[in-house]
Amino acid sequence: MSRALYLRHDRLGLGFLMVLCALGVLVPVLNLALPVTSSWHVPTYAMSLMGKYVCYALLAVALDLVWGFCGILSLGHGAFFALGGYAMGMYLMRQIGTRGVYGNPLLPDFMVFLNWKELPLTWFGFSSFGYAMLMVVLVPGALAFVFGWFAFRSRVTGVYLSIITQAMTYAMMLAFFRNDMGFGGNNGLTDFKDILGFNIQAQGTRAGLFIASVVALAGCYLLARFMVHSAYGKVLIAIRDAESRSRFLGYRVENFKLLAFTVSASMAGLAGALYVPQIGIINPSEFAPGNSIEAVIWVAVGGRGTLVGAALGAVLVNFSKTWLTGAMPEIWLFALGALFIVVTLFLPKGLVGTASHSLKQWRERQTARPKDHTIGEAR
Amino acid sequence: MPSRILLPLVAMLALLASAIGMPASASPADDAFAKLASDQFAQIEQGIVDLSAIGTPEAATVLEALSETKLFYAPDKSLVIRKSESQLVSPSGALLREAPAGLKQVRINNRVRRALESALGSLTLISPDPAKRKAAAEAVFKARDPLALPLITQALSRESDAGVKDTMVRARAAIVLASSESANLDRINAIELLAEKGDQDVLALFSTVKATAPATVKQAIDTAINAIERRLALLSSVQNALYGLSLGSVLLLAAIGLAITFGVMGIINMAHGEMVMIGAYTTFMVQEVIRARYPALFDWSLLIALPLAFLTAGAVGLVLERSIIRFLYGRPLETLLATWGVSLMLQQAVRSMFGPTNREVGAPAFMSGSVDLFGLTITSGRLWIIVFSLVVFVVLSLVLRATSFGLKMRAVTQNRRMAAAMGIRTPWIDSLTFALGSGIAGIAGVALSQIDNVSPNLGQGYIIDSFMVVVFGGVGNLWGTLVAALTLGVANKFLEPLAGAVLGKIVVLVFIILFIQKRPRGLFALKGRAVEA
Repeated sequence: MSRALYLRHDRLGLGFLMVLCALGVLVPVLNLALPVTSSWHVPTYAMSLMGKYVCYALLAVALDLVWGFCGILSLGHGAFFALGGYAMGMYLMRQIGTRGVYGNPLLPDFMVFLNWKELPLTWFGFSSFGYAMLMVVLVPGALAFVFGWFAFRSRVTGVYLSIITQAMTYAMMLAFFRNDMGFGGNNGLTDFKDILGFNIQAQGTRAGLFIASVVALAGCYLLARFMVHSAYGKVLIAIRDAESRSRFLGYRVENFKLLAFTVSASMAGLAGALYVPQIGIINPSEFAPGNSIEAVIWVAVGGRGTLVGAALGAVLVNFSKTWLTGAMPEIWLFALGALFIVVTLFLPKGLVGTASHSLKQWRERQTARPKDHTIGEAR
Repeated sequence: MPSRILLPLVAMLALLASAIGMPASASPADDAFAKLASDQFAQIEQGIVDLSAIGTPEAATVLEALSETKLFYAPDKSLVIRKSESQLVSPSGALLREAPAGLKQVRINNRVRRALESALGSLTLISPDPAKRKAAAEAVFKARDPLALPLITQALSRESDAGVKDTMVRARAAIVLASSESANLDRINAIELLAEKGDQDVLALFSTVKATAPATVKQAIDTAINAIERRLALLSSVQNALYGLSLGSVLLLAAIGLAITFGVMGIINMAHGEMVMIGAYTTFMVQEVIRARYPALFDWSLLIALPLAFLTAGAVGLVLERSIIRFLYGRPLETLLATWGVSLMLQQAVRSMFGPTNREVGAPAFMSGSVDLFGLTITSGRLWIIVFSLVVFVVLSLVLRATSFGLKMRAVTQNRRMAAAMGIRTPWIDSLTFALGSGIAGIAGVALSQIDNVSPNLGQGYIIDSFMVVVFGGVGNLWGTLVAALTLGVANKFLEPLAGAVLGKIVVLVFIILFIQKRPRGLFALKGRAVEA
């Protein structure tokens, strides 16, 4: 069965992709083509802000893949996100060249400041865009692979897995805060100038980054959708609902989980990589355990196990965050805290989950009367 | 004895005489003062030596003024001390109304300064204040001036305070050892004496002396250095172990409440750190009230805060359980999210009420200061926290083992339906258990307010560590929590000198992550059949 076949019956997914297409075309056009005076003009900062939401949405989709479909509540996805961001940041640092404060052609400013003489081995190859993009996906993926290899094999599940993923991102944060790690310590990486030769501040580059984020979100959504709708995905859901039973049925549970976890981590890395050039900085606070938990609430708000809901939740929560922290900064943490409580208590399926559930019930009631055996296996 | 009383009297009289411009009488202090009033360095030096032998308070005042370059002399050889820009006094302390004409500063060169320092050192050797005498003896130890040898021998014979005497003996030994004039046997004896309580200072002394010492002395020094280094290494591991225990007891305090809520009830309470914070802020409030109303009670403030912190945090815990957590039993991951939300709200609430900055929580008298333990200085705060955490542990174990509430609690965790069938009100026990865990966290907050900044973020710093401790120790087991907390604390402190504080912590975290792979249920897992891990 092909992907297209799944999509034809999935109005939600189709709608989501169409919205993404529209965003990817309209926003840059409204930003670039219209004069600033026009009331339809989208200011560049707003576009970057939306780009940021799109990156968060991508992170949420990645998290939904493991939490919603595989039951792995990772409290460490912020670490994968930040690792991807660091990989991108390192490429951007190398692009600065002699335009840094110290004008050193080889070393980034903070290394000159620390009196380092040569580039550490970890920075090898990051002047090439292709290599950096490879690392954006590979490094978080490899970390997730190693971590998951150990964790899933020894059947660490549920709460314990959540706690050790949290410990992982916490340990990474401590490590990246150290200056001698060679990733800029406390200050992280910033002061970026160019990406692929284009000025990173320029309007056109911003539009390009926005389009890239939207495309990445659409692509990752399709990939995640493909994964969960394939036979593999059915096993994944079986594992989520009854892990031991799946194991006794002969499935190598740890391998199924490992694949989902690794792919998800790579997606998170990609999200981080797109996030960094639009924000202009990456520092160790991105590893903070709180960030990862916040990402979980995006998924919970939108609805776990729906993919589209996760993306929607990320955008909704972050939009309200931007709005509230601007309008009433005191209120924001109360609102976020209340959101955590309300969603877990009253909306366990999330917005999209609850909506589609009630829609389904309504349809069933509609169709139950005249004929009740033609619905078949459409979904 | 009479000379001790007479001498100052005579000196004072003489000074009085000189202050009103009368020709100097033949008193020794006056002679010495006259020597100081000179531009000849050799004479000034002689005057200093004389004064240090006299040892009157005036002599000390004059020498101190000289060392601060505030000593002047008039053409009539009377000394004047410039206390401040406008205040001139005579050595006896009498205020001078107008500055005598032609004042000249008593000048100092390096030789004079050296004589002055040793003179000041030896003068304070006979000060009535033991702390000053001890400091003086330490100064003599550092200077190792052979000239001070008779003085310190003399001071030693009069010394009654054991601690000061000890320091003086060491100072004397240092002089004997450093002087190339003393006999080899004396020097070797001195080495043995010094090596007995050798520290970094003694090591430094040994290595300077070694360069110029004859062969026999050198050999003695080498053995002494080896012995000292071995002892210091041992001491530093004992110190690490003690610091580790103290860190471990902090972890124990922070985690033990969690061992109840998470370990026994299986609730992932991410707001646990905020319960600790509430306890710390309760302490702050109690101290504020005490400072404002009953300052005499300040030393009891922590004791008063303990029950209040327990009740406050326990009440918050009770409300939390009744309003949110009871709807989420059996859904641990959802509990995690909801309690995280609670923790955000509590943090923001405290921030709105008390402001985002650190709040000052004072230490009562018995907790400040330090204790000397075999050459190790441990702050009493640390010791108290170790004691306190153990007390909390014992009391909590007793509550679980020996009270009817503890019995019901264990019954509910082991077999909820059977417990309910036996007439135990399980929801009520759940609430009380959660309140107990939260209350213990509040008590921990009282202790942690003494060693950490009391700010809205206080709890955040402990939450991950606490979970690590409980998971490492094994769920549902207080002993596991105790062993895990102390192990992690000690391991952390021993890793610190090897790898640095942050890296040490990372290593410990990675170790726990790996450990959980090996034993997913912790060090002391409850035995049982479990298909679902």
